[in-house]
Amino acid sequence: MAVVPKFVGARIKRREDPRLISGTATYVDDVRLPGTLSAVVLRSPHPHARINSIDAAAARSAPGVVAVLTGEELKGKVGGIPCVAPAEHIPFHPLLAQGKVRFVGESVAVVVATDAYKAQDAADLIEVDYDPLNAVSDPEQALADDAPILHEEFGNNLVTRALIPNPAVDEAMAKADRVVKFRIKNQRLAPVPMEPRGVLAQWHQANGQLTVWTSTQIPHLLRSALAAVLSLPENRVRVIAPEVGGGFGAKLNFYREEALIAHLSRMLGQPVKWIERRRENLATTTHGRDQITYLEVPVKNDGTVLAIKAKFICDMGAYLQLLTPAIPGFSGLMMTGCYKIPAMSFEQVMVFTNKMATDAYRGAGRPEAAYIAERTMDMVAAELGLDPVAVRRRNFIPKEAFPYVTCAGLVYDSGDYDAALTKALEIVDYPKARAEQAEALKHGRYIGIGVASYVEICGIGPSVMLPPKVPGWESATVRMEPDSRVTVLTGISPHGQGQETTFAQMAADAFGVDIDDVTVVHGDTAIVQYGVGTFGSRGLSVGGTALMMSVGKLQDKLKKIASTMMEAPPDQLTFTNRTVALQSDTTKAIPLQAVVDAAYGWKMPIPGMEPGLDATSVFEPSGCTFPFGTHVAVVEVDPETGVVKFLRYVAVDDCGNIISPLLVAGQVHGGIAQGIAQALYEEVVYDENGQLVTATLMDYAAPRAQMLPHYELAHTVTPSPLNPMGVKGVGEAGTIGSTPCMVNAVMDALKPLGVRHIDMPLRPEKLWRAFKDAKKA
Amino acid sequence: MRVNLTINGHPRGDEIEPRLLLVHYLRDVAGLTGTHVGCETTLCGACTVLLDGKAVKSCTVLAAQADGASVTTVEGLAKDGGLHPIQEGFWEEHGLQCGYCTPGMMMAAVDLLSRTTNPSEDEIRHALEGNLCRCTGYQHIIKAVQYAAEKMRAAAGR
Repeated sequence: MAVVPKFVGARIKRREDPRLISGTATYVDDVRLPGTLSAVVLRSPHPHARINSIDAAAARSAPGVVAVLTGEELKGKVGGIPCVAPAEHIPFHPLLAQGKVRFVGESVAVVVATDAYKAQDAADLIEVDYDPLNAVSDPEQALADDAPILHEEFGNNLVTRALIPNPAVDEAMAKADRVVKFRIKNQRLAPVPMEPRGVLAQWHQANGQLTVWTSTQIPHLLRSALAAVLSLPENRVRVIAPEVGGGFGAKLNFYREEALIAHLSRMLGQPVKWIERRRENLATTTHGRDQITYLEVPVKNDGTVLAIKAKFICDMGAYLQLLTPAIPGFSGLMMTGCYKIPAMSFEQVMVFTNKMATDAYRGAGRPEAAYIAERTMDMVAAELGLDPVAVRRRNFIPKEAFPYVTCAGLVYDSGDYDAALTKALEIVDYPKARAEQAEALKHGRYIGIGVASYVEICGIGPSVMLPPKVPGWESATVRMEPDSRVTVLTGISPHGQGQETTFAQMAADAFGVDIDDVTVVHGDTAIVQYGVGTFGSRGLSVGGTALMMSVGKLQDKLKKIASTMMEAPPDQLTFTNRTVALQSDTTKAIPLQAVVDAAYGWKMPIPGMEPGLDATSVFEPSGCTFPFGTHVAVVEVDPETGVVKFLRYVAVDDCGNIISPLLVAGQVHGGIAQGIAQALYEEVVYDENGQLVTATLMDYAAPRAQMLPHYELAHTVTPSPLNPMGVKGVGEAGTIGSTPCMVNAVMDALKPLGVRHIDMPLRPEKLWRAFKDAKKA
Repeated sequence: MRVNLTINGHPRGDEIEPRLLLVHYLRDVAGLTGTHVGCETTLCGACTVLLDGKAVKSCTVLAAQADGASVTTVEGLAKDGGLHPIQEGFWEEHGLQCGYCTPGMMMAAVDLLSRTTNPSEDEIRHALEGNLCRCTGYQHIIKAVQYAAEKMRAAAGR
């Protein structure tokens, strides 16, 4: 018999790929049901307006139209969209606008027709009489006395205020040699998954059952929310996340259209499909970031940071989505980064504006935190005339200090920040790069070197850290089938991450079988036990631990059965090469199939033991994992054009042990790309009247191949003590490290001009102006 | 109106509305859902197919414009049960994650490789500038195209 190799840690081609490269994968829009109707949503062109009347008569009688619905007609029939995070003011969030529209793109009516072309034709015939109102798009103006109020019932535009005071911060201010003060902005971004959102709903009238296919990261949580909004029993609702074309946090949500399309199917007794168009995606799928931060940082002249004090203005948009007001908390709690800063305090003011809601976007609060920490280190270095690397080293949490309790009360599981920094600097040859930079400047060339040492919080985590309806645990079922093949049912819902591969690697090794003997199933609430979903880099550290718990239960059962067949104690047995063997001598073995036969057979070898091989586990993490690393960028800024040219991009990431090196590289690459995009290119722009300016991919600068560098990756490995694999999570790391790294690099290039900070995105025009202004001065 | 065309080597004809886009014709009439719609405005490239051998964005081509033409979609890449080298390259080099941009990305790459057999990294980045990927950061896509180029050169004995 051929030897079965080990799969964990090996370069394994993805098992998801054959269907994806052949064009046979099934995304929502590829699901075909007979008699499916198409829906098109009519949306507000106004940022803020009163709806006087809606005349849909012409649309209702247009060819192919089956139904038209407005907000008034939905009243009392369905609930609203929930926000599960606590906030002082949570407005009712209707499926279609009622009385007022509050952002450009807000859904006003829906047309259902025999095909999407006809539905669009009819939607164009609907006449809405609007009274435009003044709008507010600047979050700092939203709380002014004369600001237009979005939700009149609250009397102002405050969502909520969070205050974490600390008298030690004021003491640090008094003791400091200086206090570095600055304001930075994490601009609003659009997640732009390549597959827009989409929903197909099928109501089964005969048994009162609803099936919904939707492009989501959280099928089970969505099932609960849908059932509540539609007043259906949860066991009559089936949610299927088929192939999902990217999410990045934008599909960690519950959207109006998901409930609306389900309601329409129930109302019409036919399947109804709605596919989001890109313009809708940019206007009505959640945005990310949008935080302004005022910082005060007391320091010693040697670069020691004594405290960080921050005031955040957080733009929540017009309504609150699932987790909207929960995101900024992570920015505050993580803003001390990799550093042993003894005290911190912050105030967060979250406000309504006439824009789409913000919510999770890759990193969800932690990129903002890393940006604060890493811009702080560079601002302190610039203020004191020190090397940014030296300032980091002076303030790093030493590796002996782990587990380390931060001044925010977080427990960092493990880390060696200096090791990652040292490795990154070695790869880039830091002293040589600095020498080349100085030499280049003599010739009028502006080279910049940017360093960012990040730490982020993953595998969240203990459920108490999250709102009750989005818990931190995860589930897995492992079944060994009668032919000894393994089926894994996971509660996570991967959409590009590749756990059909990594989980198969883990299960295959655990049972000594081939990776082809394992099938991983996810994303269907009728098949998979209740789970939570894929977000926050939790798939492997939380979902993978649940998997290994179930694997362990089956291993125990198989060993107990085998022990009666081999006359050896269970704890001396192991799984290898499709056998159960003695650990001390694996030639003394019986076929795994023989043990499986016994488990499924008519007579269990152990009296009283349940037949079958099936185990389910739920893992509730005791703490969070804290991946970290250092990114270094070398760039050159052209003073004539302001264009940033990439010379080097080195990323040293520590995500603990690595199960699948190829997939880790993919995650890091994609993360870096999105982080650099924030630093240099992307911004969702609303003008001062609340009109959306970046409504197409012509105007929203998601980067193309030529706009990104070649990445050089390396790793340090500091296992997490919190899970049996020692993994930390890597889905967001690249995004978190790369944004401050790239901004630090560009600002370093502009240092000879005396420029300390320019807000992102650092587009050529801004940099060109900086050179021009410097020349004038 | 009527269109007659060849899709992946198979001739077919259909009565269609004149305004029907090629991508919707392929997906909804011909039932080939491997070609995706990402933006409807020629900006993302998810819908890229070959029209008489040249890459086009099928979201801004009318089905009527393809009358008499030969269309190749992702479903037509594999031949005789074997993957096309570009498919092998994407699989081997982890050139995809969510997979949504992949069919269009591969078709654009096939177009490039029909014009040049040994493209540099810069040439590949340039050739794929009409195709957005949000997952990979492009580096593995570039390696995938290089893998395919090498494979195709070897097969051609160059």
